[in-house]
Amino acid sequence: MNSIVTSIKSERLVIVGNGMVGHHCVEQLIERGVTGRCEVHLFGEERQRAYDRVHLSEYFGGRDADSLALCEADYYARHGVQAHLGVQVLQIDRARREVVTCEGRQPYDRLILATGSYPFVPPIAGAEGNSRLVYRTLDDLDAIRAAAQGARRGVVVGGGLLGLEAANALKSLGLEAHVVEFAPRLMPVQLDAEGGAALKARIEALGVGVHLSRATQEIVIGEEYAYRMNFQDGEFLETDLIVFSAGIRPQDALARAAGLELGARGGVAVDNDCRTSDPAIYAVGECAAWNGSVFGLVAPGYSMARTVAAQLAGEAHAPFTGADMSTKLKLLGVDVGSIGDAQGATPGSKSYRFIDEASASYRRLVVSPDGKTVIGAVLVGDNSYYDTLLQYAQNGIRLPAEPSGLILPVGEGAPALGADALPDTATICSCHNVSKGAVCCQVDAGVIDLGELKAATKAATGCGGCAALLKQVFEHELSARGVEVDKSLCEHFAHTRQALYGIVRVEGIRSFEELLARHGRGHVGCDICKPAVGSILASCWNQPITDPALIPLQDTNDTFMANMQKNGTYSIVPRIAGGEITPDKLIVLGEVAKKYDLYTKITGGQRIDLFGAQLHQLPDIWGELIAAGFETGHAYGKSLRTVKSCVGSTWCRYGVQDSVGMALFLENRYKGLRAPHKIKFAVSGCTRECAEAQSKDVGVIATDKGWNLYVAGNGGMRPRHAELLATDLDDETLVRYIDRFLMFYVRTADRLQRTSVWRESLEGGLDYLKEVIVADSLNLAAELEAQMQHVVDTYECEWANALKDEEKLKRFRTFVNDARPDPDIHFVKERGQRRPARASELHLIPVAEEVV
Amino acid sequence: MSQPTAVRVESPSARAAHWRPLCSRRDLVANSGVVAWLDGEQVALFHLPDSETGEQVFAIANKDPKSGANVIGRGLLGQLKGDLVIASPLYKQHFRLADGGCLEYPEQRLKVWPVRLNGDAVEVGIE
Ligand code: SRM
Ligand SMILES: Cc1cc2nc3c(=O)[nH]c(=O)nc-3n(C[C@H](O)[C@H](O)[C@H](O)COP(=O)(O)OP(=O)(O)OC[C@H]3O[C@@H](n4cnc5c(N)ncnc54)[C@H](O)[C@@H]3O)c2cc1C
Ligand code: SF4
Ligand code: FES
Repeated sequence: MNSIVTSIKSERLVIVGNGMVGHHCVEQLIERGVTGRCEVHLFGEERQRAYDRVHLSEYFGGRDADSLALCEADYYARHGVQAHLGVQVLQIDRARREVVTCEGRQPYDRLILATGSYPFVPPIAGAEGNSRLVYRTLDDLDAIRAAAQGARRGVVVGGGLLGLEAANALKSLGLEAHVVEFAPRLMPVQLDAEGGAALKARIEALGVGVHLSRATQEIVIGEEYAYRMNFQDGEFLETDLIVFSAGIRPQDALARAAGLELGARGGVAVDNDCRTSDPAIYAVGECAAWNGSVFGLVAPGYSMARTVAAQLAGEAHAPFTGADMSTKLKLLGVDVGSIGDAQGATPGSKSYRFIDEASASYRRLVVSPDGKTVIGAVLVGDNSYYDTLLQYAQNGIRLPAEPSGLILPVGEGAPALGADALPDTATICSCHNVSKGAVCCQVDAGVIDLGELKAATKAATGCGGCAALLKQVFEHELSARGVEVDKSLCEHFAHTRQALYGIVRVEGIRSFEELLARHGRGHVGCDICKPAVGSILASCWNQPITDPALIPLQDTNDTFMANMQKNGTYSIVPRIAGGEITPDKLIVLGEVAKKYDLYTKITGGQRIDLFGAQLHQLPDIWGELIAAGFETGHAYGKSLRTVKSCVGSTWCRYGVQDSVGMALFLENRYKGLRAPHKIKFAVSGCTRECAEAQSKDVGVIATDKGWNLYVAGNGGMRPRHAELLATDLDDETLVRYIDRFLMFYVRTADRLQRTSVWRESLEGGLDYLKEVIVADSLNLAAELEAQMQHVVDTYECEWANALKDEEKLKRFRTFVNDARPDPDIHFVKERGQRRPARASELHLIPVAEEVV
Repeated sequence: MSQPTAVRVESPSARAAHWRPLCSRRDLVANSGVVAWLDGEQVALFHLPDSETGEQVFAIANKDPKSGANVIGRGLLGQLKGDLVIASPLYKQHFRLADGGCLEYPEQRLKVWPVRLNGDAVEVGIE
């Protein structure tokens, strides 16, 4: 007898389907040690190992199959899982407990079906080839890309979630996109009539055609385009390709043939343990029907996978009892959210609605018949309400006295749900089933780093929708435990930028190495502390940023004194102080742009940006610009950008001071100053404020008697009006106050803090600032002014400096051992200029095309 | 810094079938990167003249998988939790110089080459 040689891996487990849920199942089995005991075989019909289908559309945005993959290539092998990719399971032989594939038979003791679903294509005469495309797999997307070649117009049949996503994909391939929907509104499952109307308005505004209540009867050969779709109502639409996105059907063919019980509307019927009618077979993900329902989202599939893995590991398991189908998405750049009973179908429920026709925004809040809790919501146009509403709905949190406040435009006092209001059971991440309690556990166990928290719990690593909430809860829990939310610059310096600035000045430190050796940790630094210290050194000592000791500290933009663009080329922004430029200089810009074929655009800062230069071209271009009298505009630096001006008293009938003259003076004075963040100025010639000075870090507005000085304004992400610091100043006092203000900011602000945020963090607020700047309460004024004067006196155009030095120019080589340009940079002509080719256009470009 | 000429500095994993001279040591930039052309491949070379373990050179693929642009050689060099890393200049993800692994997207990995300084020459190992 040879019974002694029985393998320790006694049980054989087979998983059919290597999609998102099948993969999660394997991950869970590995984590729970099941793969050590069982022989695991994983069959996947697709060639690629499991990939992130949720982010499939990014395949058209430049991501490749490898970066979408859910694991490293050797993951399965490393954990002893035998993966059979590109192998379809053809049959389940339940009597012999074997699955049949083209490779032969594979016996199992237990079997997990994770076969997902397939796109439903309605039987329409004439739908074939490019008029019968679908949107589910990487191969599908390749087929769409191939069909789009040479096509002008594409139609998506189906106006649900996926249909709109497919329409976006067609748009990104450069096609004119249309959506044809059978129902009278878009996203009929998730939205109500008004929500659908708001979404339609937004999507049409993006140039996507929307055709509602249209049933396609047949597809025939078209006259102007390849195909013509004839609708039931006699209308028609022509197109070069058609993508069907008319719903999905559970892939239950194997189960059906094997005689397993099915759900009423398809899908393999499962119980709360995800077991099918054969106790040796489980089904998870989109192929499973629980209580008659199929769930078309990842989160429920993942929780089914966890339920099964726990059972196989012999652990206590949570039963699967249905799932929340709330979703939040960005479709064609439009926010759409749907929570719970979005249609208000619950008898007796009441709704609050907010409609803003001007911006096509719509929000609906559905509350329970007793008016105490949220049972559903619809959001179109702005998802910032989603997290709060979802928590109200999921946790039965009592509504505030005025529920409508939850969907009204967010003013200062809108009721946001604080992280502390959430119960411990509140789900933070539904993809990975992480509750607030689980986050608290990690914090109690000593986790103080968000990255570590994500690694430990996997929260925010699925669809990513919960990232903001996770961070909020995490930081709240940290401070609740008295853990100071770490303000260290990074792992190398346990100081704030402000403290480091003080150290550098007081100790006269001149290099990064010196500062690191005396006050930091390690030997190298990182991409956080190096640029921050580089900026401190530059504003303290004003060494040229082209100094070899500073080069390794700076971001590429500072290092090469140009702004890197998405394809690795650079933009060039010469200074045009105050926006004033002579016709001759304008001609030079045109000539240089033409010679190097640079995309040319007037910026929002009253100057001209030239895009698309390769690294090795920068010195030649700057040589020509400097010869014509230009100098660098520091568009790459955390430094003075522009001083915007209006024409002022010189030309304008209302102007009371020479605003252009003042703008030129200020721009030339402060150009080159290194600061914690960029600084913008503007000077207006009268209170009509055509230069928008009140939205700038430093704003100057002319009065009959002199100038009013405004500070700490901001455009950008969070606009803030500047505040009036002093009035009716003469030229000289104005400049002295600005010197003091800027230097005080440079000394005391945090890294990457604009003046607006810095000002808000100043204890004592505007009054304190007035005391320091105007009344000189700290007795610092003279020192601040002297320091500024030093910076002004040592100014040198960085590009002029670099061009003088052969050594420095050696860095501007695309390849140090070859003179060719980067062969992977491709451009496409658009509106008479060239722009970077999109990933989807690359196949259109002949390989031999000359790049420069 | 002195300019040693006969010194040989090898990266930790410097074992290779053939050594191919790519460029001169003077082409390197201290504590920063440059890019060299290697038969159709783009190799980013980083030079640390005096790191904790002495002089070191690394060779890593120049293409950033996230943007598809050839920009890794223009990233910032740093050290995170002990690993020497390079931060991509466009979206700031970090790649370990030793093995090309990405800290933020573990499924991404850049090719790395064995590399050494042989006198004045920077040499990479090829199969
Ligand atoms: C070129 C330009 C857009 C245009 O085509 O007009 C532009 C382009 C960029 N802006 Fe801007 N901004 C431009 C005017 C503005 C303005 C309008 C203005 O200055 O009057 C604003 C709002 C005003 C403000 O800053 O308060 C603006 C607010 C931003 C912000 C948000 C700042 C904030 O505090 O919220 C960023 C992001 C940042 O700096 O962190 C940004 C960042 C950028 C960056 C640097 C993004 C990047 O890292 O690639 C872009 C690089 C430009 C390049 O490669 O040359 N840009 N940006 C404008 C250049 C003006 C110039 O001549 O220098
Ligand atoms: C474009 C797009 C966007 C999406 N966006 C979201 C979103 O934002 N949020 C969200 O929650 N969900 C989204 N989804 C849905 C999500 O992708 C699915 O819920 C999830 O992929 C389901 O996982 P699954 O493993 O059950 O099925 P799948 O991922 O479809 O995997 C099933 C796998 O089984 C294989 N298979 C089938 N039959 C066999 C056989 N006989 N033999 C071998 N292999 C077989 C299939 O080839 C497939 O690879 C989106 C889907 C798409 C297509
Ligand atoms: S701000 Fe005043 S001076 Fe300047 S252009 Fe407008 S109206 Fe004329
Ligand atoms: S909810 Fe999807 S990642 Fe957290």
